Amino acid sequence: MSAFVINRLLQAFFVLLVMSVLVFVGIYLVGDPISMLVSPEATDLERDAVRESFGLDRPIFVQYITFLGSALQGDFGRSFLTGEPALQLILERMPATVELVGFAMFFSVVIGVPLGIIAGLRPEATFSKVIMTGSIFGFSLPTFWVGMVLIMLFAVQLGILPTSGRGETVQVGPIELSILTLDGLRHLILPALTLGLTKASLIIRVTRAATREIQAMDYIKFARAKGLSSSRILRVHLLKNVLIPIITVAGLEFGQALAFAVVTETVFSWPGMGKLLIDSILTLDRPVVVAYVLIMVLFLVLLNLVIDLLYMVIDPSSREKVRD
Amino acid sequence: MTARQTTDTMPLLRVQNLQTHFLTRFGAVKAVDGVDLELAPGEILGLVGESGSGKSITGFSILGLIDPPGRIVGGSIEFDGRDLLAMKERELRRLRGNDIAVVFQDPSMTLNPVLRVDTQMIEAIQAHETVSSAAARQRARDVLVKVGIPSPDERLRCYPFELSGGMRQRIAIAIALLNRPRLIIADEPTTALDVSIQGQIIHEVRELCRETGTALIWVTHDLAVIAGLADRIAVMYAGRIVETGETDEIIHHPMHPYTRGLIDSVPSGSTRGARLHQIEGMTPSLLELGEGCAFRDRCHRATEQCRETPGVTSLGNTREFRCWHPETGGDQ
Repeated sequence: MSAFVINRLLQAFFVLLVMSVLVFVGIYLVGDPISMLVSPEATDLERDAVRESFGLDRPIFVQYITFLGSALQGDFGRSFLTGEPALQLILERMPATVELVGFAMFFSVVIGVPLGIIAGLRPEATFSKVIMTGSIFGFSLPTFWVGMVLIMLFAVQLGILPTSGRGETVQVGPIELSILTLDGLRHLILPALTLGLTKASLIIRVTRAATREIQAMDYIKFARAKGLSSSRILRVHLLKNVLIPIITVAGLEFGQALAFAVVTETVFSWPGMGKLLIDSILTLDRPVVVAYVLIMVLFLVLLNLVIDLLYMVIDPSSREKVRD
Repeated sequence: MTARQTTDTMPLLRVQNLQTHFLTRFGAVKAVDGVDLELAPGEILGLVGESGSGKSITGFSILGLIDPPGRIVGGSIEFDGRDLLAMKERELRRLRGNDIAVVFQDPSMTLNPVLRVDTQMIEAIQAHETVSSAAARQRARDVLVKVGIPSPDERLRCYPFELSGGMRQRIAIAIALLNRPRLIIADEPTTALDVSIQGQIIHEVRELCRETGTALIWVTHDLAVIAGLADRIAVMYAGRIVETGETDEIIHHPMHPYTRGLIDSVPSGSTRGARLHQIEGMTPSLLELGEGCAFRDRCHRATEQCRETPGVTSLGNTREFRCWHPETGGDQ
């Protein structure tokens, strides 16, 4: 068990190493950040001075080794643009994104699983067909459009929900959270709904497919033959098995949403990491981009670890594989 | 004599003219088309037939476990004098696993893979009785000992994937026995197992049923398996019972040509080296089945008369068959 976790963390370290090289070289090849940093009228002499001050005049592998040395000590360099430490820039904005995505995932699971099970148990019912048609709209409508429609409806027409920013936040240790205040929660609803709609639709479809498959299994029929109540069959025999594919999909979607929440963040002016990443790529602000990618890789590896641990809780046969 | 007992006591189960159809796009598939069965308390009945003959569907119909598009469209099923088809789902639920239990064919699929054996056994007890989990656990343990499972405490804590196929089927049988049912319907419970395990399980089930006075319907396609187990045999073909009688009678003096075919295709000492007999042709499609004897296209005795559906001919107390031209010479 602990060997499994250590093994995973070692793998993560190698992935981080490889990713850092790829991103470092990739950004280097894309263009020269100096042209973004100095005014077009600057002389060559001025340019060289700036280049030297950032250490960009040295060969790429020397730059990388220098970066790696300080990164191992927790220093990812400073933003070319603002001079702030890159890590700090990202970590400041990370709670907002994690909060938004977490709330959106929570919403999509709480809505998606029950609807998916209903649609799976009664595939012929009108209500189920309505759910399934709705889910097709749910994941084919573009996020920015859904966001704008929600703003039109709830903010402009009804005037009951705010459209931008995080609202009032509460400081918990080093991080700020909106979810703990009523105002913050009201600010969170529309962006989370926008982001969660696609996820909920996907979870509905996965749940329905899994429900239909498991419903036809002999062990469900055997549970009925034992005289169990239908609620126990549903809660224990069916749900535990249906959860296995749901955890896979929800975990993947969570990571996906976290790294690419930028559209929703833009529509609702949500001060998360997505906006920061796009800006940094446009200005070739290498330290920020590299730090962002590395943090995301680390986060996704940890997320996968959590998913695997959850598997072991739910699916006993996966425990066996780890023991070997 | 078994024959006497069967007629004197009140039957535990009486199925009359049972019709279970599957309503498909292409029409109604008459999987069970007019089946009559009677079972005395403690009696063991072998329900024999090829795949697709409707034998398993008959078993599931008794439990009310037919899923759409299947439906019981006619007939009656009486258990202990009560009409099962008129029962509400809630009453049926109380009966299932309590008075009527079932064992399925494939032991790798009957136990839920994500639940421990003890969970699956204790819930089967607690679904019908208010008992503490500790007491239910103790009872589960006792039944595991009874079906011949070594170190039962350890097995109770196992997940199904940690157990062998034979072990799982014993557990499934133990679950069926938990609430001391009066009838067990076993749907080819040994087909998926090794021959040696098969023999053991058949022997144990027989002993257990004798001991507890449980009646048993053993559904199988294997006449050899049932010969040493059942008191009576009912042979099914294309949704109907074509012949029924005491085991010895059926094995030694089959009246229906189909039963004779089944018996001749079982390998035995005297057929060593010789080519095994086989019944020509295939089971007819249940969709296109019209009037007449369903076996006539494969039957060497068939005549024009077989285009009409043969009625039931009774011989003595328990012996019945449906055939215009029965095998007369009981020469085996």
